Amino acid sequence: MRENMKQDAKKERMSELVPHLIFLFCGLAAVAFVLCISVYLIISGIPAIHKIGIIKFLFGMKWQSTAAEPSFGILPFVLTSIYGTAGAVLIGVPIGIMTAVYLAKVAPKRPAAVIRTAAQLLAGIPSVVYGLVGMIVLVPAIQKIFRLSSGATLLCAIIVLSIMILPSIINVSETALEAVPREYEEASMALGATEIETYMKVSLPAAKSGIAAAVVLGVGRAIGEAMAIIMVSGNVANMPGLLKSVRFMTTAIASEMSYAAVGSLQREALFSIGLVLFLFIMIINVILNVFIKGKGKKDVA
Amino acid sequence: MNRKGFRTAAAVLLLVSITATLAACGTNQSPQSSGNAAAGDSSAVSGNVSTNGSTSMESVIGILSEQFMLDNSKVKVTYDATGSGTGIEAAGNGTCDIGLSSRDLTDAEKAKGLTQTTIAKDGIVMIVNKNSAVSDLSLEQIASIYKGDVKNWSEVGGSDLAIACIGREAGSGTRDGFETITGTKGVCVLSQELTSTGAVIEAVKNSENAIGYTSFSAVEDQPDIKVLTVGGVSCTEDTIADDSYAIQRDFNLITRNGVKLSAAAQAFFNYITSDKAYGLIRKTGVVPAGK
Repeated sequence: MRENMKQDAKKERMSELVPHLIFLFCGLAAVAFVLCISVYLIISGIPAIHKIGIIKFLFGMKWQSTAAEPSFGILPFVLTSIYGTAGAVLIGVPIGIMTAVYLAKVAPKRPAAVIRTAAQLLAGIPSVVYGLVGMIVLVPAIQKIFRLSSGATLLCAIIVLSIMILPSIINVSETALEAVPREYEEASMALGATEIETYMKVSLPAAKSGIAAAVVLGVGRAIGEAMAIIMVSGNVANMPGLLKSVRFMTTAIASEMSYAAVGSLQREALFSIGLVLFLFIMIINVILNVFIKGKGKKDVA
Repeated sequence: MNRKGFRTAAAVLLLVSITATLAACGTNQSPQSSGNAAAGDSSAVSGNVSTNGSTSMESVIGILSEQFMLDNSKVKVTYDATGSGTGIEAAGNGTCDIGLSSRDLTDAEKAKGLTQTTIAKDGIVMIVNKNSAVSDLSLEQIASIYKGDVKNWSEVGGSDLAIACIGREAGSGTRDGFETITGTKGVCVLSQELTSTGAVIEAVKNSENAIGYTSFSAVEDQPDIKVLTVGGVSCTEDTIADDSYAIQRDFNLITRNGVKLSAAAQAFFNYITSDKAYGLIRKTGVVPAGK
C-alpha cells in the first residue's frame, strides 16, 4: 500500500517534471536567440569600429564607403535617425494621445469602434506599403509644395513614420487611460470641473506612466523602421535637413549590404552601424521597462 | 503585444543582416567543379560551374547558362548575384570558378594575377522624364550636372527647373561604370540614391526634374521616360559595338592566371566566348564583344 502511494507520488512528480522541462526549454530558446544575436552583432560590429576609430566612426561627417580613400563616418545616419524619430514623435504623439482620450473617454460607442478598427488596421499594413504610398503620393506632393528638385526628403520620412507609430501610441495610451480609476474623474467632476477639464487635468496625468510607455514604444518603432523610409527618404548620406535627401541608420545597412564585398571594411562597418542601432534600441527598451515597472509600483501603492 | 511588436521588428532587422552574411558565406562554399572528362569535349563534361558577381550580368549569364545546361545535361551552372566587387574577389580567392564583373579590372587586381575576358558591351543610358525639353547632353555636361556644378535644366537648354540627380547605391556596377566613365567618382551630388534599376526608372517617370542612369537593356519599351543622346550619339547596338557611344562598359569574365579551370568550367567558358553565344547575348539587350 505504502509502496503504491510512493510510486504514485513519483509518477506525479515525473508528469509534472517533463512539461516543466519543456516549458523551460522553450523559454530558454528565446534567451538563446537574443544572446546569439547580441554576441554575433558585437563580434562582427567591433572590428570595424576598432579599425576606423570610435571617434571617427561615430562623429565622422562623411560616409563614402566605396571611394578610393573611403571614409566611414556615421554621424549623418545617427543624427538623421534621431531627427526623424523626434519629428515622428512630435507629430504622432499629440495626435495619438488625443485619439486615445477620445476613444477612452469621450467617444460614443459607434464612432469609437470605427476609429479603433481603423487604428488596428493601420498597425497591420506592411511597412513596404507605407513606403509605396509615400513614394507615389507624398514624394511628388512635397516636391510640388516646396518646389524642390526631388521630394524624397527627411520631411517625407517623418510624415510616413508618424503615421506608422500612431497605432501603437493609440492602443497603449487608450489602455492606460481606461485603467484610470473612475473615482478620480467622478471626484473631479463633483468639484465642478467640466468633462474636458477632467480628462486633460486628471485622467491624463493619472495615466502618464502608461502614456510615457506608449511614447517610448513609438520611438522604438520609428527608429527601427527601414523598409518604408528607404523608399521615401532619398538615401543620400547628407547631414540631416528637413528638405534634404537623407539616410537613416537602418537604411544605410539595408541599401549597401547586398553589394558590400564579404570581408571588406565596408561590410564590417555596416555591422557596426547595426551594433550602434542595437544599442539605441536596447536603451529604449530599458527606458520602457523603467516606465512599466514604475507604473506597477504606483498601482500597488 | 505592441511592445513585442517593436522588439520583434528590431530582432528581424538584425536577423536579416545575419542572414545576409550567412547567405554570402554560403556562396563562398559553392561546390567546386568535379568534372573529369577531357576538356574540349563539351558533350561529355559533367560537374558544377559556379559563377559569382555582377548583378548587371544576370540576364546574360542566365540565358547562356540555361542554354549550356540544356546542351550538357550533366553540368550545373550556378550564379550568385553579389556585385562586381565580390565577383572579382571570389574569382581571386578561388571560391567560384568564373567571376563576373561589369567593370574592367584595376591594375591592383591585375597584379594579383587576375585576367578579364570581355564577352559583351553594355551601354549606360541617361534617362529623363518624357516631358523634359532636353534631349541631348555632352559627356562633360552630364559630369557637371552630377557634380552639382550645373543645377538647373535651363543651363543645358531645358526649362527652368532644378535638376535632381538620381544615382545608384555604393557598390552598384552601373554606378561604378557611370562614375568611372564620366569621371565623377566620389564627387556626385545626388538627390536620391536608389537600390535598383526599376526604382531609378520609376523616379524619373514621376519627376520632370530628374535625370538618372540605367543599363541600356533596362529601358527598352519603357513609357514615360526619354533616353538622351550623348554628344549627339544615341545609344544603339551599333554605336555601342563601334565604341562611338561614350557611356559604355564591358561585361567581363574574371579568371586567375595559371590556374586551370575544371573541365566543366572550361567548357562553359569556351561556350560563352564563342560565336555560338552571340545570338543569345544579343537577345538580352547587350552587344557581344566579338562582333
